[in-house]
Parts: sequence; structure tokens; C-alpha cells
Amino acid sequence: MGHAMASGSHDPVTGRQTTGHEWNGIEELDSPVPRVVLFFLAVTAVFAVGYWILMPAWPTGLSYTKGLLGIDQRQLVTRQVEDAAAARSALTNRIATEDFVSLAADDQVMTYVRDSGRTLFADACSACHGAGGKGGPGFPDLKGGSSLWGSDAATIAETIRVGINSAHPDTRVSQMLAFGRDGILERDAVLAASAYVRSLSGQKLTNVEQGRVETGRTVFAESCASCHGAAGKGQPDLGAPDLTDTRWIYGGDAQSVHASIYSGRQGQMPAWEGRLTPAEIKLLALYVGTLGGERP
Amino acid sequence: MVAGLTVSERQLALLVLGLLASGGLAMAAAGRGDPLGAHGFIVLIISVALAFLVLSRYHDPEPSQERLSEYYDDPTRVGIVLAMIWAVIGMFFGVWVSALLAWPELTFVDQAWASFGRIRPVHTSGVIFGFGGNALIATSFHVLQRTTRARLPDQFSPWFVLIGYNLFCIVAASGYLMGVTQSKEYAEPEWYADFWLVIVWVVYFAIYIRTLMRRKEPHIYVANWYYMAFILVVAVLHIVNNLALPISAGSAKSYTIWPGVQDAMVQWWYGHNAVAFFLTAGFLGMMYYYLPKRAERPIFSYRLSIISFWGITFMYMWAGSHHLHYTALPQWVQTLGMTFSVMLLVPSWASAGNALATLNGAWHKVRDDATLRFMMVAAVFYGLSTFEGSFMAIRAVNSLSHYTDWTVAHVHAGALGWVAMITFGSFYALVPWMWKQERMYSPKLVEVHFWLALSGTIIYVFAMWNAGIIQGLMWRTYNDSGTLAYSFIESMVAMHPYYIARTVGGLFFLAGAVVGFYNIIMTIRMARRGAAAPDSASDVPAVAVQPGE
Ligand code: HEC
Ligand code: HEC
Ligand code: HEM
Ligand code: HEM
Repeated sequence: MGHAMASGSHDPVTGRQTTGHEWNGIEELDSPVPRVVLFFLAVTAVFAVGYWILMPAWPTGLSYTKGLLGIDQRQLVTRQVEDAAAARSALTNRIATEDFVSLAADDQVMTYVRDSGRTLFADACSACHGAGGKGGPGFPDLKGGSSLWGSDAATIAETIRVGINSAHPDTRVSQMLAFGRDGILERDAVLAASAYVRSLSGQKLTNVEQGRVETGRTVFAESCASCHGAAGKGQPDLGAPDLTDTRWIYGGDAQSVHASIYSGRQGQMPAWEGRLTPAEIKLLALYVGTLGGERP
Repeated sequence: MVAGLTVSERQLALLVLGLLASGGLAMAAAGRGDPLGAHGFIVLIISVALAFLVLSRYHDPEPSQERLSEYYDDPTRVGIVLAMIWAVIGMFFGVWVSALLAWPELTFVDQAWASFGRIRPVHTSGVIFGFGGNALIATSFHVLQRTTRARLPDQFSPWFVLIGYNLFCIVAASGYLMGVTQSKEYAEPEWYADFWLVIVWVVYFAIYIRTLMRRKEPHIYVANWYYMAFILVVAVLHIVNNLALPISAGSAKSYTIWPGVQDAMVQWWYGHNAVAFFLTAGFLGMMYYYLPKRAERPIFSYRLSIISFWGITFMYMWAGSHHLHYTALPQWVQTLGMTFSVMLLVPSWASAGNALATLNGAWHKVRDDATLRFMMVAAVFYGLSTFEGSFMAIRAVNSLSHYTDWTVAHVHAGALGWVAMITFGSFYALVPWMWKQERMYSPKLVEVHFWLALSGTIIYVFAMWNAGIIQGLMWRTYNDSGTLAYSFIESMVAMHPYYIARTVGGLFFLAGAVVGFYNIIMTIRMARRGAAAPDSASDVPAVAVQPGE
């Protein structure tokens, strides 16, 4: 058996008795529970009971106590969402119904577009198009207007709605053929076309490239002009980009251009119909127009 | 270690390892081409290796009867070392996970196993179950014997628990890296691992009951109430939350039997009580033994211990739904979770207060002794994180804190400040006793560890408080047009500096753990070199020890 049982000993530091139990040298004082503990136990218990009376709280078989305040989180959130939608409805209704020209001319609408479009764009589009729509390799820069399908708001809205090479039934479809890999053009012709394309945008060419430009001009006229246009200015109805400007989707350096021609390209932009409301799509189309940059 | 087992215990060990190896073989055969098969091989290899270990000493002479007049501490010693190994592994993964949030490309190898989703549970399970669990098992065997003055009932079952538990941890962690998960936080391991843990846990509980039944003290000390609550409740939680049907006997994948929102509720009833009974009750048991021992002071109030124990055990049970505020869970369930969480603050603070008041008369020791300071700081962080928890459980507060790094700050105030600190403090007290040394190899390094751990915790927690509150506010700020002012990615950009700060704090904490591990290993080596301190005559079981049943 351990040490002395029932009767404890005196602890000089606190002036209290121990309980008299001892475990391998550990003893316990017989201090009463401090008042403050009991006080807070009572306070929190009163709070809890009060809360149970006011709010949905205890189950009663198939139902539960509804609480005197009659608050229900589901109704509350539904109402809050409705209220917020109503507060915005004046503008969202206008965006949904009016045409782009009158919308773009209205300051109040455009302030709303800038405010709301910024976060909507960042949440839905920036993952691919980059912060502020500045693009990245494979994802077009949306700041300077369109290089593919056209930059008026209605066209952009349509692009957003159906996507490009997407799963949407009305999707925009485009493809840059793999001229080298699929053997449509000889190796030299691909190199020549590549040099010619780079000359179109006025880039500094190497001597070797310079020597290929003339052949490239012919190749281009025969194999490329049908989509990119005789002057290489692109054709928005085919989604074929302008090759004469300095804006590139995949890159304008010799290697990237060669890769585009050799292996082909087919970018994919998801369709947003069903995921964004028609008003949101229109809002984004207007917003993309405000991204700024140099307009062609 | 094997030599300490009786011949019949060695035979039992071989039998069990044989069964385990056959189990592993069956898994390997049935689960070909599935992660289950890989786990079968792991089980097979480990059990065969252990069987060889037993066989190599099988013919050693029987251990002398004298062993029965000493406590059985070998499993505790091994458990301490295992806990420290897991601490280093788990916290290394913590730092890695943290770095990934700051620099997402830091997967180094660009392999699936190194992705965030797979290494994050290696961190959480590594620290909670690997580090925390081994620390609890190791200390519970020690405390149990000292406070009952009875030797563990036999020598086989403690090993079964310790090794079996670590097998579970290994299967869990390796499974995550292979993509095996139930997708339930803190309950990720799949059905076969869960099943195994149930067996281990039943044996663990049986050890406790058998030892308590043979106790030589009339009363059961508080620490044991807590350890028992930990073992018992974790068993119940684990079983209920993991009820699942495997898609086939040859597949690691299973589906839970709980549908929809009930699954969410069961999961967080489990999740919160894992916090309550794993990360709280078990460690309170630790605190109730090592803190008064080290301070050489009586527990401040026996009565306070009683009301906090029953308050904590009763109220935690209701609190799980505070993890599901504003979800599809019916509001009345949320109300109960919230109100019980608020009431829970009182017994929680009563425990923290009881610990701190116990230090009255020993504050000079706290100042001079880093070991005791670890425990004191742990009690403070326990108070802090429970206050924070009760506050966050209030629905209105939770609407700001939920989904943000504020939760992560709260978690680590508890995990680093409370769980890890109380463990380190207890280990620094326990290691010299276990290896019969006067002190740790280097008290100075204990001091170094203390400051690394404290500064690491403070940096971590402050960084995440800031991060969490900024996140929460950014997510709910509206502009004049009535739409959200910030995009999600902007809130991520705002987090970047805090994630870096957290990584630095984590590195401090990890460095501390490495220092601690080194210090413990060096203390063990000191003991190996024979620098034994005089054996404390009182550290033996009551004379009337009975041989194991
Ligand atoms: C998964 C990536 C991805 C996401 C998300 C995405 N886009 Fe695109 N988007 C593309 C790609 C790729 C193209 C170019 C397709 C091509 O090369 O043919 C493109 C093209 C466009 C174009 C046509 C550009 C032109 O020059 O005609 C517009 C406009 C556009 N995206 C707007 C948006 C908007 C607005 C959003 C957000 C609602 C968005 N995109 C989200 C990948 C994406
Ligand atoms: C069938 C129509 C078609 C033909 C023929 C065609 N292209 Fe294209 N080209 C496209 C389309 C569409 C794209 C845009 C692909 C995308 O964005 O995914 C494109 C893209 C390119 C690009 C990449 C532009 C950038 O911004 O990175 C280059 C370079 C290019 N084409 C060069 C050529 C050359 C050279 C030829 C002739 C050898 C040629 N194309 C023939 C349709 C065509
Ligand atoms: C070196 C020290 C540590 C570092 C750097 C660290 C880092 C992290 C990180 C980065 C996360 C993920 C957070 C997220 O997903 O946003 C995390 C989660 C977590 N960690 Fe740690 N950790 C450390 C120590 C610990 C310890 C010692 C414990 C427990 C004893 C612990 C328990 C947890 C838990 C429970 C979570 C999940 C939190 C949640 O889901 O809310 N950590 N940790
Ligand atoms: C009175 C005691 C406590 C209460 C009332 C409490 C309450 C809470 C609340 C409200 C959350 C946030 C839930 C959410 O919004 O998702 C939470 C999360 C958490 N708490 Fe506590 N807490 C307490 C003590 C502790 C302690 C001591 C620890 C110890 C380590 C701890 C560990 C955790 C963990 C790991 C989570 C994260 C769970 C997740 O993965 O989401 N808590 N707690």
C-alpha cells in the first residue's frame, strides 16, 4: 500500500492539505474548485440555454425545436442572395437586355463592368489568360484586342459562350495543320515558310533565314494564304491569326514559329454557356474590351 | 529485447508474426496490380524480418525471475526513439508542404507521389499518429506502471501494440504516397489498415485494464483516467467513422457506409474527438504525470481535476458539428456543436489553470529548467488554443475563420504549442530516468531546443493568424457595385509572404526537433558507455509483483 491514506499532510507553499493519496511521489492538494470556474460554468451554461431557447436547437424525434426567433439558416441565406441580386438587378438587367453599343456608351454600366468584371475575369479566366489578360505561351493576350476571331464585343461574347475547339455543339473550330509532321511540306519548305513568317512581322533575321525568305514567300502563297490571307493578316472567320503583328500566341522566335508550322497548333478554350449566366458573359465581353493595350 | 521475452512469449511472437506474414502474403496475392498488393509485401517483409529477429535469440536462456521486480520499460524506450523519428519525418514533410504553398513548383521530382495532396496527409498522420501516437503509447506504459506500482501484465502485448501501431503508421504513410486514401481527414488509411488498428487498439486497452486490475495503489491517478479515455474513445470513433465496404477483397479502395451529410457529420464527430481524445486527453494524461513530477509539487486541486476531466469528456462529444457551420448540416446540430464548444472552454481552462497553479512554489524551477519550461509553455498554449477554439466555434466568428489559415493557426497553436511541447518536456524528463542517467546528455541543447520551438511556434502562429484574417476579410469584401472586391488569386498573392514566414517558423521547429533527437540519442549512448546514475530505489513495482498472466 502507498503512504498514509485518508488524512493528508500540510503543504507549506499553499497552506493547503493534500488529499492523502500519493502516486510515485505525486500528491494532490485538496483545494476547492475556484469560484471563478463555477462562475464561468454558470455563465456559459446560461448562454447555451438562452441560445437553445432562441435558435433551432434540440431534436424532437422527427422535428426539432425551432427557437423563438424563428431563424432558419436556409431561408436566411436564400433571402440574402435574393436581396443582393435585387440590389444589382438594375444594372444586370440592362446588361442582359441592351445591345453592346449603348452599354459601352453608358458610364454607369461601364463602372459596374470594370468593378465586377475584374474579379469575375480573375476567377474564371486568369488561370489561362494570365493576370489582367496578358496571356502566356499558348494562351492569347486579350489586351490588344483579338488576334483570332475578332474583337468586337458581340464576337467576344460568342467566343466565350461556345469556346474554341470545345465540347460545345456550336463551338468555334480551328486548326493549324502539322505541315512538317504530317508530311504536307518538305523539311526545307517548312524552314522557308518559317523564315518568311518571321519576316512578315519585321523581325531581325539571320543570314541563313534571309536566304530562305523568297522561297518562303512562294510556299506561303500556296499553302498558307488560304487561311492566313495573302498578306498574312489573318482571317477572323477561320480563327487564323494575323502573322504580321508582334503579338504571338505561341511565340515569334524562330524555334516557336517553326514548331507551329511543323507540328501544328489547336488551342482549346472552354465554353462558358451554362457555367456563366448570359449577363455575365456579356459583362465579360465588355470587360475584355476594357483591358486596354494597343488596338490594331 | 527479444532476450527479455520468456520462451513461451517468444513462441507467441513467432505465431503472431507467422499469422501476420500469411496475412501479408494473402494481401500481396489478392491485390496484385493494386496498392493493396504493395502493402501486402510491406507487411510480409516486416513480419518476416521480425520473425528472424525473434528466431536469432530464440535459444537464449529464459530471462531471470528478477525482471519481475522491475518495471518493464523496454517498449517505452523504443517508443520514445520511434516517436522522435516520426517527429523528424512528419515535421520535415510539414515544412515541405508549407514550402509548396509558397512555391508550388517545389515538388522537385515532378512525380505524383510528391504532389501536395499526397504529402500533406503524410505530414498530418506523421506528426499526429507517428509522433503523437508513439509518444502517447511510450509514456502511457511508463505512467501506468509508476502510478499503479504494478508491472505490465506480460511482455509480449506491449510489443504487439507498439510494433503493430507503427506498422499501421507505415502502411498509412506509404499508402498516401501511392494515392491510397479514404478522403477523410485524419482517417485517410483504407479498410485493411483500419481493421488492423482495431486489433492493436483492443490489445492496448486490455493492457491498461489488466494492469489497473493488478494495481497496488487504492486509487487510480488522474493521468490514467485521461489515458484510458483516450484509448477507449479513439477506439469507438475509429470504428464508427471507418465503417466501409471494400469494392473487393483484392482492392485497397472502399466506400463508407455513411451517406451524404451524415458522412460529413460522422467524419467531424470523429475529427473533433480525435482532437479531443488523441491530441488533448492523451497529452493531458502526460501532463498530469510529468509536470508535477518535474516541478516536485502536488497537483493544485484534485477537485478541479475531476470537474475538468468529466467536463472535457462529456462536452467534447457534442462539439464536432462546429466543423460544419453553414453547411447542409441542419442548423439545430450546428447550434448544439456551438453551445457545447462554448461551455467546453471552462473545463479546458480549468485543466490549464490546474497545471499552472501546480507550478506555484516552483516558478524558480521554470525559470532555470528548460524541461519544466516546455511543460509550462505547453499548458499556456493549451489554454490559448482552447480559448481560440471556443471562439471560432461561434457561428458568426466561424463564418470568417472557416476555410482560412486561421484554422491552421489554431491547429498549430495546439499542435506545436501544446502537443509537441508537452511531449518534448515529458521526454526530457523521462529519457534520463529510462536510461538511468542523472540528466540529459546536454542540458544546453534542451535550452536551445526550447527557444527554437518557442520562436518557431510564435512565428508560425502569428503568420497564420494574419494570413487567415486577411483571407477571410478579402473573401467577404464587396465593392461599390455589390460584387466581390477580390478574386481568389488575389487572396493567394496576399498569402505569399505569410507562407514564407510560416515555412521559416516551421524550419525553426523542425531544427529544434532534430536537436532534441540528437540529444536523446547521445543520452542513450552515454548510458551505453556505462555512465549509469545510481538507481532510484523507489522506481520499482510494489514488492508483491505477480508474474504475468
Ligand atoms: C482552359 C484555358 C482557358 C480558359 C479558362 C479561358 N480561356 Fe479564353 N482562350 C483559351 C485559349 C487556348 C484560346 C485560344 C484558342 C486558340 O488558340 O485557338 C482562348 C481564346 C479566347 C478568346 C479569343 C481571342 C481572340 O483573339 O479571338 C477570348 C475572347 C477568350 N479566350 C476569352 C476568355 C474569357 C473571357 C475567359 C473567362 C471566362 C476565358 N477566355 C477562359 C483558353 C482559355
Ligand atoms: C487550315 C487553316 C490554316 C492553314 C492552311 C495554315 N494555318 Fe497557320 N494557323 C491557323 C490557325 C487556326 C492558327 C491558330 C492556332 C491556334 O491558336 O491554336 C494558326 C497559327 C499559326 C501560327 C502561330 C501564330 C502564333 O501566334 O503563335 C503560325 C506561325 C502559323 N499559323 C503559320 C502558318 C504557316 C506558315 C502556314 C503555311 C505553311 C499556315 N500557318 C497554314 C490556320 C491555318
Ligand atoms: C515543423 C513544423 C510544422 C510545419 C511546418 C507544419 C506545416 C503544415 C502545413 C503547411 C499544413 C497544411 C496547411 C494547409 O493545407 O493549408 C499543415 C497541416 C496540419 N498540421 Fe502541421 N506543421 C508542422 C507541425 C505539426 C505538428 C507537430 C502537428 C501535430 C502534432 C501538426 C498537425 C497538423 C494538422 C492537424 C494539419 C491539418 C490542419 C487542417 O486541415 O486544418 N503539424 N501543417
Ligand atoms: C475547447 C477546445 C477547442 C475547441 C472548441 C476547438 C474548436 C475548433 C474549431 C471551431 C475549429 C474550426 C473548424 C472549422 O472552421 O473548420 C477547430 C479546428 C481544429 N482544431 Fe480545435 N478546438 C479546440 C481545441 C483544440 C486543440 C487543443 C487542438 C490540438 C491540437 C485542436 C486542433 C484542431 C484541429 C487539428 C483543427 C482542424 C480540423 C480540420 O482539419 O479542419 N483544437 N477547432
